[in-house]
Amino acid sequence: MTPTLSGRIQTRIALLILIGGPWTLLIGPVLPGRDGAPLDVVYKATFTALLLVGVVGILWELAYHGLQQFRWEKDWPTLFGLLLGIPEGVLVFVLLRAGFPWDVGDVPVSLFITHFATVWILVWLVANGPARVPLRHWRYRGGRIL
Amino acid sequence: MAQDQTVVGSQPQIPVGDGDLTDELISAAEWTDALVSRAGIPIVDVPFVTVGGGFGSFAMVDYLRIAGVPVSRIKVLGDSREPWKTYEYLTNNSQIPRRERLRSDSGSVLDNIWGFPSYAVREAWADRSPSALWNVLVEPYIGRDYYTPRAGQVFESVKRETARIGWDEMVAVGVVRMVRKRRDGGYFALHTPAEGPAKRVAYRCNHLHLAVGYPGVKFLDDLQAYRDTNQDYQRVVNAYEPHVHVYEEAKRRPCTVVVRGSGVVSSRVLQRLVDDRDNHGAQTRIVHLFRNYVAGPKGDKLTFRRPGGNGFAYQGFNFAKAAWGGQYRSKMEALEGEARKSFLESMGGTNPAPRRSWKEQIRRGKREGFYVQEIGEVESVQPSADGRDVVTVLRNRAGDRREIDAQFIIDATGLEGNIEDHRLLADLLEHSGAGRNPKGRLDCAPSFEVRGLRSKGGRMYASGSATLGCYFAGVDSFLGLQYAALRIADDLADAGFHPVLGPGRSISQWFKWMRNTPI
Repeated sequence: MTPTLSGRIQTRIALLILIGGPWTLLIGPVLPGRDGAPLDVVYKATFTALLLVGVVGILWELAYHGLQQFRWEKDWPTLFGLLLGIPEGVLVFVLLRAGFPWDVGDVPVSLFITHFATVWILVWLVANGPARVPLRHWRYRGGRIL
Repeated sequence: MAQDQTVVGSQPQIPVGDGDLTDELISAAEWTDALVSRAGIPIVDVPFVTVGGGFGSFAMVDYLRIAGVPVSRIKVLGDSREPWKTYEYLTNNSQIPRRERLRSDSGSVLDNIWGFPSYAVREAWADRSPSALWNVLVEPYIGRDYYTPRAGQVFESVKRETARIGWDEMVAVGVVRMVRKRRDGGYFALHTPAEGPAKRVAYRCNHLHLAVGYPGVKFLDDLQAYRDTNQDYQRVVNAYEPHVHVYEEAKRRPCTVVVRGSGVVSSRVLQRLVDDRDNHGAQTRIVHLFRNYVAGPKGDKLTFRRPGGNGFAYQGFNFAKAAWGGQYRSKMEALEGEARKSFLESMGGTNPAPRRSWKEQIRRGKREGFYVQEIGEVESVQPSADGRDVVTVLRNRAGDRREIDAQFIIDATGLEGNIEDHRLLADLLEHSGAGRNPKGRLDCAPSFEVRGLRSKGGRMYASGSATLGCYFAGVDSFLGLQYAALRIADDLADAGFHPVLGPGRSISQWFKWMRNTPI
């Protein structure tokens, strides 16, 4: 599938909510580096991270879409989608540490990496196959769901 | 009207015909039940008929079966029981046997409407090797071309799916001579069965789908003239017809082979000729003729520039990938008339895939002198003075004439897309009021319904090459056939033919597919 701009944004938000949300709930109690912190503190940090991946991600998607315009096929290697988690993750971590959009305390690196990386990989895997099963039109609509 | 398949016979009229076509039927734009009965042609009622029986029909029927339409409500009228037969004939001739790879994306999974798991995933699983997976992760970089499935994998997986959906029970083998609107709604498909006592059978249906493929092979005018004049079908051949004698002869003695055309078929032919040099010691000299030579990337805009070089315009598939599901698909659907035609042509045209092995062979051929490119207009093709060779007279851009002596000429310019050359489609244009789209092919709506042929509640659809120029570019591809099937199934669900295939059923059907559970 080669996404359209609206398809990219819709897919990102939908998968973060439908895959990232339940996964964050599940993994919260067992995240490393928690160091006895109450679960609500962990959830505040991890769900804020999810929110940032979604909202700041819209800007990333604009950039990705813009760059792909210079490619004839309007695609790029599937692996890019996975590797882009690195710059995106770094930015989200920096924003969290800076207290944006609100203070979530001191987020341990190991906790953040474990949460972010697992969410990112899960979403990437689902977007590259299983999403097509319930959403028959999705791949033809460039990732658009609505 | 049509319920499950019922042979109605020739009542209520007393038949006067002998069961064959009558002048009355041929001239009538719409048929009545009485008209067909008078000719003595038995009528079979079936709600949905697909004509063609190849991959287009298969993709359509697979969708409908998964959506819940029972076998008894579908008829496939084709010239063979195996939907891959015609395709395999053409790929075999054009030098893609089962072990070789097609030019189709990993996700264009013909036997699986979801496109998941993809061909690459299935190949990796079957081979217990991550190679295909790595390919789809990094393509088209890090030394990997776009992944494409082997022809054999496609045919075998379609075979598996035909068994799962009860394909054999739906097929009637024979030739469909014509389809006509039925005055009281729906359509007739007039079928000449390959076996059985009836000369003709009229299938009376609510909805009809045409997936008849290409009318035939296409020859360049000068090559057609040579063949007609000299009755020589051995030395001037089409890449899509059987021509293995060319390669055999070239292995036995040094030959010069002229190749015409610069699309993907010519690439396969060139590969075969060079492979035979490499593996069998053939001393073949190849002269490749170009009318339009592509020296480098094409396109004025940085955001719309196709890679090119060595004479070829390169792209992974027939069109830019975004034409199947990205921004170009949306754009095509929004364009009308000449604007759509022009956009389609700017994305398509003649182009091979930029495979590294093909580029290497061409570079090596040029360097070692066994592969020569010539640019110009062919003035004529004629037998040599001693009658043993074929001489191509070429005029290059500078206006100079030169003659190229060769033992063989292979026309690799493609298949005939003119719908008038197909008897059934020509009849549809002449008698039923079907129109032409900007590319001169069948005019269809975005839902692939043939415009102007609605028959009361009945709808007629088309998919495949006959619809090139409508609202979707890659109609003549696996994914294009599946996309057409999806749009048609959606439209039929709107018309109440079957329930909407919602997410729940889609998921449960996918699990059935995974377990290979018959439906």
